[in-house]
Amino acid sequence: MTVMICRCEDITEEEILEAISQGYTEIEPLKRRLRIGMGQCQGKTCIPLVERILARERCKKPEDMDEPTARPPSRQVSFGLLAGDRDE
Amino acid sequence: MSEKAGAVVIGGGVNGLGTAYHLAKKGYTDVVVLEKSYVCSGASGRNGGGIRQQWSSRENIKLAMESTKMFEGLSEELGEDMEFIQGGYLVLAFDEDEVERFEKNVALQRKMGLNTEFVSPEEAKEIVPQLNISKVKAATFNESDGTIYPFLVVHGYARAVREMGVEIREHTEVTDIEVHGDEITAVKTDKGIIETDTVVNAAGGWSNQIARMAGVELPNKPYRHEIMVTEPFAHFLDPMVISFHHGIYFSQSKHGNIVGGIGNPDEKEGINQRSSMWFLRTMAKTLVDFIPQFRSVNMLRQWAGLYDTTPDAQPIIGPVPELERFYQLNGFSGHGFMVSPVVNKVTAELILGEEPSMDIDRLSVTRFEGMDLEQEYSVVG
Repeated sequence: MTVMICRCEDITEEEILEAISQGYTEIEPLKRRLRIGMGQCQGKTCIPLVERILARERCKKPEDMDEPTARPPSRQVSFGLLAGDRDE
Repeated sequence: MSEKAGAVVIGGGVNGLGTAYHLAKKGYTDVVVLEKSYVCSGASGRNGGGIRQQWSSRENIKLAMESTKMFEGLSEELGEDMEFIQGGYLVLAFDEDEVERFEKNVALQRKMGLNTEFVSPEEAKEIVPQLNISKVKAATFNESDGTIYPFLVVHGYARAVREMGVEIREHTEVTDIEVHGDEITAVKTDKGIIETDTVVNAAGGWSNQIARMAGVELPNKPYRHEIMVTEPFAHFLDPMVISFHHGIYFSQSKHGNIVGGIGNPDEKEGINQRSSMWFLRTMAKTLVDFIPQFRSVNMLRQWAGLYDTTPDAQPIIGPVPELERFYQLNGFSGHGFMVSPVVNKVTAELILGEEPSMDIDRLSVTRFEGMDLEQEYSVVG
């Protein structure tokens, strides 16, 4: 069974487990390795799932895991709006 | 408890790991790489991945030309696609001073064997049809410049050096460098002491702090530079587009996102990696001015990293007069990724006492004692 974890970048649980076994055992390096959390949802879907997998693999509690640095904006914004266009 | 190492490299970024890679490739693996955070956590994982050979100073042109050649073979060497795309760099001039300087740059680059073209605004528009050229006076274009995906390169080096037996210690912070007379004797960290006589300072924005631990003063100053990425969309942009006048650069990645940054001339010196609203607005306004269709594109994420800046915007490479085995590999002033291959190779050669394959004497820290500096003008972001 294939479990899809990151829908933006098409990353499965199997790929995450493989990366963990290669030494990417923290959320930030894992993010840079697999682009999880860098897609259009900004990690809202995948990061909590990845945290749980990491916690399970490292025998820790999910709440004890580090969270990746939050990168603004919290949702996508068009350049037109940011540039101050009136018609947006 | 103390332990020994042949060499200690401070900094788990592209330059530290690249140097460890060249040492290991020559069979020298008694090396420990120290990283206070995780591999690729600093500027090596925060930059736009630009690989540009179009510089104004001889040294930077030479370093970038040789490094570009080395990047061309890196995917094969590290056994993974580094996403090195040679879509060129389109450098835009917006006033007569820039036009004059670009003419000189192109003449120098061509003399050194780089086939940069001086192009008209109309020719620039042929290269990027969506470009607003109403204020563009001229441009230069080099087709062998490009972009690479920084994480793949740094992770590739990390994997390769580990396989060859080099130890990388993450979350290990250097707290002091012990010196006796004109020799280094040990590196102290928050996790213990490593006895060594050879240290490479590849700590990016933290390089001057590291140097000071050994009693060495560097002129380097860290400055924040911000960057952003958009949602991905269909490929339309081949080259990296840059303007020194605006301080902007942007390109489209293999994944379809636009990656770009713009420098803040009022940025204050210091270690600061936070994001700002100024950047968001300025980047949006400038991008929309360059390519009006960008209005409807969504900005996805912004972040920041540090330029480790020297007075002449050229790196500091090689040992210092006070300590002949304290190798500097810093001060890259925003272009450390693109020139890393050759300076890493040369640093490894110097450490092993070999004849350096490129003469880098002019990049010694001693150049700041005299006034014989060749200023690099072509800095962006």
